[in-house]
Amino acid sequence: MEEFLQQLTNGLAVGGIYALIALGYTMVYGVLKLINFAHGDLFTYGAYLGLTLLTSLALTDRLGFALGVLVLVLMVMGLVAVLGAILERVAYRPLRESPRLSAVVSALGASIFLQNALMLLYGARFQVYPDHILPTATLNVFGLYLPLMRVLIVLASVAMMIALYLFIQKTRIGAAIRAAAIDQGAARLMGIDVNRVILLVFLMGPALGGVAGLMVGLYYGQINFTMGWVYGMKAFTAAILGGIGNIPGAMVGGLLLGVIEALGAAYISIAWKDAIAFLVLILILIVRPTGLLGERVADKI
Amino acid sequence: MLLEVENLHVRYGNVEALHGINLHVRQGEIVAILGANGAGKTTTLHAISGLLRPSRGEIRFESKPIHKMPAHRLVGMGIAHAPEGRRVFGTLTVRENLNLGAFTQVDRARTSNTLHWIHELFPVLAQRREQLAGTLSGGEQQMLAIGRALMANPRILLLDEPSLGLAPLLVKVIFQTLWEINEAGVTIVLVEQNARAALRLAHRGYVMEVGRIVLEDRAEALLANPEVRNAYLGGQTGGE
Repeated sequence: MEEFLQQLTNGLAVGGIYALIALGYTMVYGVLKLINFAHGDLFTYGAYLGLTLLTSLALTDRLGFALGVLVLVLMVMGLVAVLGAILERVAYRPLRESPRLSAVVSALGASIFLQNALMLLYGARFQVYPDHILPTATLNVFGLYLPLMRVLIVLASVAMMIALYLFIQKTRIGAAIRAAAIDQGAARLMGIDVNRVILLVFLMGPALGGVAGLMVGLYYGQINFTMGWVYGMKAFTAAILGGIGNIPGAMVGGLLLGVIEALGAAYISIAWKDAIAFLVLILILIVRPTGLLGERVADKI
Repeated sequence: MLLEVENLHVRYGNVEALHGINLHVRQGEIVAILGANGAGKTTTLHAISGLLRPSRGEIRFESKPIHKMPAHRLVGMGIAHAPEGRRVFGTLTVRENLNLGAFTQVDRARTSNTLHWIHELFPVLAQRREQLAGTLSGGEQQMLAIGRALMANPRILLLDEPSLGLAPLLVKVIFQTLWEINEAGVTIVLVEQNARAALRLAHRGYVMEVGRIVLEDRAEALLANPEVRNAYLGGQTGGE
C-alpha cells in the first residue's frame, strides 16, 4: 500500500506536468486544428530559462524560497509566452491559408531550430539545477512520507488547471476562445477577432508549457536540450487520451497518463515506462479515437 | 441609404464568382435576394459582412466604405449576419450562444433588454436556455441563429436561407417573426431559395443569375413577373 501510494503521488506529479504541456497542444489544436510540434521545445525553454534566471538572479537567496520561486514562475511564464507568440507570427501565421501539411512541416522545422539554438547556447550536456536552494524536506501525510517538491508540483499544476478552466468557462474571452475553436467563421460574425484569439492561445499554452519545464528542472534537477521531445510526445499522448481540442480532457489525460506510467514502471518494469505510455496511445486510438472526453454531441446539419 | 454595393467583384482563386453587383438597401427595408444555387447570393452576403474580401468594387454602410474592414469590426458597426446552415455553436448552450452574439456589446442593460426581446420573439429559446445548441431541432437552431445575430443590436440583419430544411409551418412562423423584427426597426437583407415566402415578406427584391443581378423590382412586381414565376415560383399557376 505504501509503495502504491508513493507511486500514485509520483504519477500525479508527473501527470500534472504532462497535463500542463498537453493543454498547450490541445488549445492550439482546438483553435487552429494544428499540432504545434514545437510546443515540446517551448517546454524545454521553460526549463533552461528557469535555470538561468534562478542562478543568475539568485532569486531564492534574495526573496526566500516561496517568493523566489513564485517570481521565477511568473518570469518563465512571461518569457515563454512571448516565445510562443513569436513562433506563431514567424512559423504559423504566414501559412494560415496554406494546406495543413505546410504548417506541419513548418512546426517540425521550428522544433529543430529551437532545439539546436538551445544546444548552441548551452551546449549539449545535461544541465543541473542547483540542489542546495531547493527544499529537500519531506511531508508526513497520514503516515506517508512525501517529498515537499512533489506535493508542491501537484498542488501548483492542479491550481493552474483550475484557474485555466474557470477562465475558459466563465469569462467573456474564454467564451470567445471556445467559439473560435468550434467555428472560426461564425466566431468572426459574433465580432470576435480570431487573430487575437489565436495569439492568446499561443501565449497561454506556452506559458503553461514553460512552467512545466521549470517544474521538471525543480523536481528532477537535471535538464537536457532534447527533453522536449519525449515530454512533448507524452503530453501529446495525454491530449489524445483526453480528446484533442478538449481542455478538461487534456487535464484528465495528463494526470491519468502520469499515474498509468508510474504504476506500470513500478509493477511491470521501469524499462517499459515509455512503451506503456505509447501503448496507451495506440489503444485509445483503436478503441476510442475521439479520446475519453472527445466531442459529446454531434452537431446537427 | 443604409447599404450600397457598387460594382462588386469577388473571386475564389482564379474563378470569379461575382461579376460586378450593384444593389442598395434603404433604412427599414426588407430586401430579398433570389436565385438558383451557385448564383452568388451567399457570396454577396459574405462580402457584405466581411467574411470575403472583394477583388473589385465598393461596399458602403451609412456612406462609409466597409469593404476593406474585417468581419469582426463590422459587427460592432451594426451589421449582423445569420449565416447559411445556421452555424450555431453546437457544443455550447443556447444561453452561451446568445451571449456570444452580444460579444461586441458593452451596455449591459441594453443587452439584457435585447435578450428579453429575443425571448419574446422566440419563447422556445428561453425554455431551452441551458440546452446544448447542437441538440436543438433545425427550426430551433434557426431561431437561435437569428436571435444570436440580433443580440448585437444590429441596424441591418443579413439572413442566409432561414427557411432551408424547415417544415412549411415553421417557415411561416419564422417569416412572421422576421416581419416583427423589421417592425422593430431592423433592416433585413434576405437570401432565399423559397422565393414565394421571401417576396411576400420583402419590400423589394433582386434576382441573381451566375454572379450577376438580372432583375430588380418591388416585391409585388417580381411576384407578378412571368419570368420570375416560371423560374422561381413553380410555373404560371403559382400554386395556392
